[in-house]
Amino acid sequence: MSAILLLFIFVLAIFLGLELITKVPSQLHTPLMSGSNAISGITIVGALLAAGTGGTVGTILGTLAVVFATINVVGGYLVTDRMLAMFKSSRREE
Amino acid sequence: MGFSFDFSSLINLAYIIASILFIYGLKMLGRAETARRGNLVSATGMLLAVVVTLLSGGLSFTWILVGLVVGSAVGVVAARSVQMTAMPEMVALFNGSGGLASLLVGWAEYLREPDVPIATALPIVLAVLIGGIAFTGSVVAFGKLAGRLPGRPMLFRGQQPINAGILAAAAILGLIFILAPASNYSLFLIVIFASLVLGVLAVIPIGGADMPIVISLLNSYSGLAASAAGFILENNVLIVAGSLVGASGLILTQIMCKSMNRSLSNVLFSGFGASVTSGASAVEGEVKALSSEDAYFILEASRSVIFVPGYGMAVAQAQHVVRELADLLEENGAEVRYAIHPVAGRMPGHMNVLLAEANVPYEQLVEPEDVNPSMATIDVAVVIGANDVVNPAAREDQTSPLYGMPIINVDEARTVFVLKRSMNPGFSGVENPLFFKENTRMLFGDAKQTISSLVSEFKEALAA
Repeated sequence: MSAILLLFIFVLAIFLGLELITKVPSQLHTPLMSGSNAISGITIVGALLAAGTGGTVGTILGTLAVVFATINVVGGYLVTDRMLAMFKSSRREE
Repeated sequence: MGFSFDFSSLINLAYIIASILFIYGLKMLGRAETARRGNLVSATGMLLAVVVTLLSGGLSFTWILVGLVVGSAVGVVAARSVQMTAMPEMVALFNGSGGLASLLVGWAEYLREPDVPIATALPIVLAVLIGGIAFTGSVVAFGKLAGRLPGRPMLFRGQQPINAGILAAAAILGLIFILAPASNYSLFLIVIFASLVLGVLAVIPIGGADMPIVISLLNSYSGLAASAAGFILENNVLIVAGSLVGASGLILTQIMCKSMNRSLSNVLFSGFGASVTSGASAVEGEVKALSSEDAYFILEASRSVIFVPGYGMAVAQAQHVVRELADLLEENGAEVRYAIHPVAGRMPGHMNVLLAEANVPYEQLVEPEDVNPSMATIDVAVVIGANDVVNPAAREDQTSPLYGMPIINVDEARTVFVLKRSMNPGFSGVENPLFFKENTRMLFGDAKQTISSLVSEFKEALAA
């Protein structure tokens, strides 16, 4: 794929992200941050490829990358879910 | 051109679906009613991306499995065991892991194929540079938040020229590397080292109360690093997901800066709060202390009470007793709300998470602009471990370093209770004229103990 096309996708996605997040109420800032943080663990895809196909050093680096990316993904999603489970509405309670 | 549906197009199709799930997930995270499902949607997208990658063929699974098992175990234990008050440092650590992973991916990709065109070498350098800064920056932020490093800004002579010099050196070396990547491995290693040093140097001069901004910014960096890794691999899902995170981090950063009335460069470079700021006018008046017994009588007669929590509530772990007191006040016929400043605490939304943990329904959590117009009708505003966000100097004193920062105008309430350990000024080092106002009463001591004694006063009265 040409670099320009990738850049095009990047720019569009940045604008999409700005639109998506702009109107989030401040009470959701923490879960939004930790939830989006978990998404940044998408680098796990690159880590898997590196750990599965590299030479010796590449495999070591790749495996470490898988470990850290997985911590980011699994920890990030779980902790976000834990937080959001606590957000309760009084209406639902009664 | 034929439209053949081979296996690799199927994989790319799955990546597109994963991207859509991320976008929907983020959108749903923006509303309280849908947020939890949104997180699940986004996690499903991640699972899809991982499974499809594993199925893409040609991978040897041994080390992948080791990595997945170890990483999952650490992630699960950390996410389950972390206390809600420790959430800022946990988020910082997860963020650092993501940055480090992107750095390692860039490094491993370079080793797999060192002789790459500029269009690949450039994102390799960017993934390593941004990922490295996000990694060590987050670790330092973790250290500050967890109290393992001093929370005050650490400044030294020539700090900014040194930082700028290292960044410039890394950029120049990176540029040379990009032009001839195959023969410049040592330069590449220097760039990695420089990025790690930069992350540390960039965060140490930033003080504890500015952490909401720093965490948001580092969050953005780890997204951008993942996006750079996507350019290396020519993988759209990395580019899309990474840039979504990059954008959301930037927006949060911007919101936090606005809530402090500071520019990003002021936050990053000024060492705000490093020394007690002179120039603010001297405060006149008398501090009036109040016993918890007298405080009870005032609260007992109140029809509307507003709590204003700050980092001090998190430190004292007072959120549960606060909720208990709020319940008693409501039983007593008072209307109770919580006014939360966007930068209260150590990460965006910190107070909301703590109060949610204590089962406070989110309808009671209001933002400053919702409560400020009607502040004069509030009987009692109870300030718990907050300081700068209720400092009227931000409104009244043009010489104050806080001047112009949007605050919660508790001084306009009929009575203000300030729960505080001592008369020490807040993080900014700025005196708070609120403590000396006619309608302010100080309740000195540990916030949790003070609230607990108010709770027992109420209970005794109910029992009698």
